[in-house]
Amino acid sequence: MKKLLFVAATAAVTALPIHADTVAPTNVAFSDGAVSGSLTGVAGDPAEGRILMNKGSGNCIACHAVSALDDLPFHGEIGPPLDGVADRWSEAELRGIIANAKEMFPETMMPSFYKTTGFVRPGNAYTGKAAEGELDPLLTAQQVEDVVAYLLTLKE
Amino acid sequence: MKKAIAISSGAAALCLMVTPLLAEPDDDSLVINEELQMVTETEAPDHLEYVNTIYSGWRFRTDETQALQLDDFDNPAMLTVDAAIDAFNTVDGSEGKSCASCHAGPEDFAGLTASMPKVIDGKLVVMEDLLNNHRAKAMGAEPWKWSGQEMQGMVALIGLQSRGMPVDVAIDGEAAPFWEKGKEIYYTRYGQLELSCANCHEDNYGNMIRADHLSQGQINGFPTYRLKQAKLISKHNRFRGCIRDTRAETFAEGSDEFRALELYVQSRGNGLSVETPAVRQ
Ligand code: HEC
Ligand code: HEC
Repeated sequence: MKKLLFVAATAAVTALPIHADTVAPTNVAFSDGAVSGSLTGVAGDPAEGRILMNKGSGNCIACHAVSALDDLPFHGEIGPPLDGVADRWSEAELRGIIANAKEMFPETMMPSFYKTTGFVRPGNAYTGKAAEGELDPLLTAQQVEDVVAYLLTLKE
Repeated sequence: MKKAIAISSGAAALCLMVTPLLAEPDDDSLVINEELQMVTETEAPDHLEYVNTIYSGWRFRTDETQALQLDDFDNPAMLTVDAAIDAFNTVDGSEGKSCASCHAGPEDFAGLTASMPKVIDGKLVVMEDLLNNHRAKAMGAEPWKWSGQEMQGMVALIGLQSRGMPVDVAIDGEAAPFWEKGKEIYYTRYGQLELSCANCHEDNYGNMIRADHLSQGQINGFPTYRLKQAKLISKHNRFRGCIRDTRAETFAEGSDEFRALELYVQSRGNGLSVETPAVRQ
């Protein structure tokens, strides 16, 4: 099961400009698991978010089924299906769940996508070797916004 | 999911309700060579806190993959096992001896694999250790590489002599501290994805994770012939792969951590048949 969950970060990760107003992973303010303001001040792009649901460091459908993504094979069964997720959660709550789901669901199996510290034996991506230097979050701040923007399209 | 999860809000409770129910393994029965009935499902040993029934990984595979284990003529692992029979009888090392110089045949080791790993002289010992120790001490031969096909072929040949016997490793007495250490590793959430063995193989067996149907991660069939890699895969190699996929720094094959984990995972299979060499996708 090579690179089962998340394939190595795409080129896009490094190519994206870091916006001056970007909130650092260590500075995200959670309130009851939700994050009210944008992490970047730049509106998320649902089309980019859709791609991240399948590929790159998102790969959400490894664990979640999404009917709107039926063109993609192999949806997982670990987490709940995400159909209608925008009816159940607000934008702020969705941002919090993506950034660090453990704030909303303590002990959940869902990885924390915008977190860089506090790991046991963090690795250098999927090499099995120790991480060198500071870790990048699984998703950049803008990618979190993109995924949130995509999730907001999932209404019943 | 079987473990109680702390729930902080009403919304979280709602979302637990839509979590898919645990999909069960299939109902197929494993009879090898039309005569050897294997136990692929049985009551969990008492020391398992969160699982009632244990299953062989065979029960989670597709019919096509399952079929390759029904008859030894179809089992691709048997080529490597045959090579190990030759190696058993071949002189190697400075002492001019083969395994056969001291042991009448592989049959002498019936039952051994079912009780491994075990503590010998205060050290937790797995089959690879026994083989390399004998090669060094009795034969004056070079050690085999842990996951190399010579080593794993011999581990499989010895394991085959216990095929059909129930896994029965000791976890008490001298084994207890090693077992505790292995258990701790099993429940530690490693890497940037913060996943433990238990997250996948205890809380989610039967569920799909992307294209993979999760089993309980039992090792009663190891070394297994993995179709994807077209060779025998050692237990420690499998552990490494699973930990690597959590974006973690893994432990080394042949490390004390993996010996302890091997004892613990093997004990989770106490009661299943030794299935070595199994075939997996
Ligand atoms: C390794 C598994 C895993 C991955 C990968 C994963 N999730 Fe989750 N997710 C879960 C689980 C499990 C839950 C249920 C929360 C709990 O534990 O109670 C969940 C819950 C959620 C929820 C709340 C759903 C609801 O209906 O209440 C959302 C939204 C969500 N995930 C979105 C995502 C997105 C978007 C991604 C990718 C960027 C993602 N998840 C990746 C496992 C995962
Ligand atoms: C991210 C999920 C995940 C984690 C975490 C994980 N595994 Fe696995 N494991 C898999 C998948 C997927 C497979 C292949 C399907 C199967 O056999 O379950 C697998 C297969 C296995 C197998 C082979 C089972 C067989 O019958 O051939 C063993 C043994 C195993 N895992 C042990 C472990 C151990 C021990 C750990 C912790 C150190 C672990 N796994 C952590 C996903 C995981």
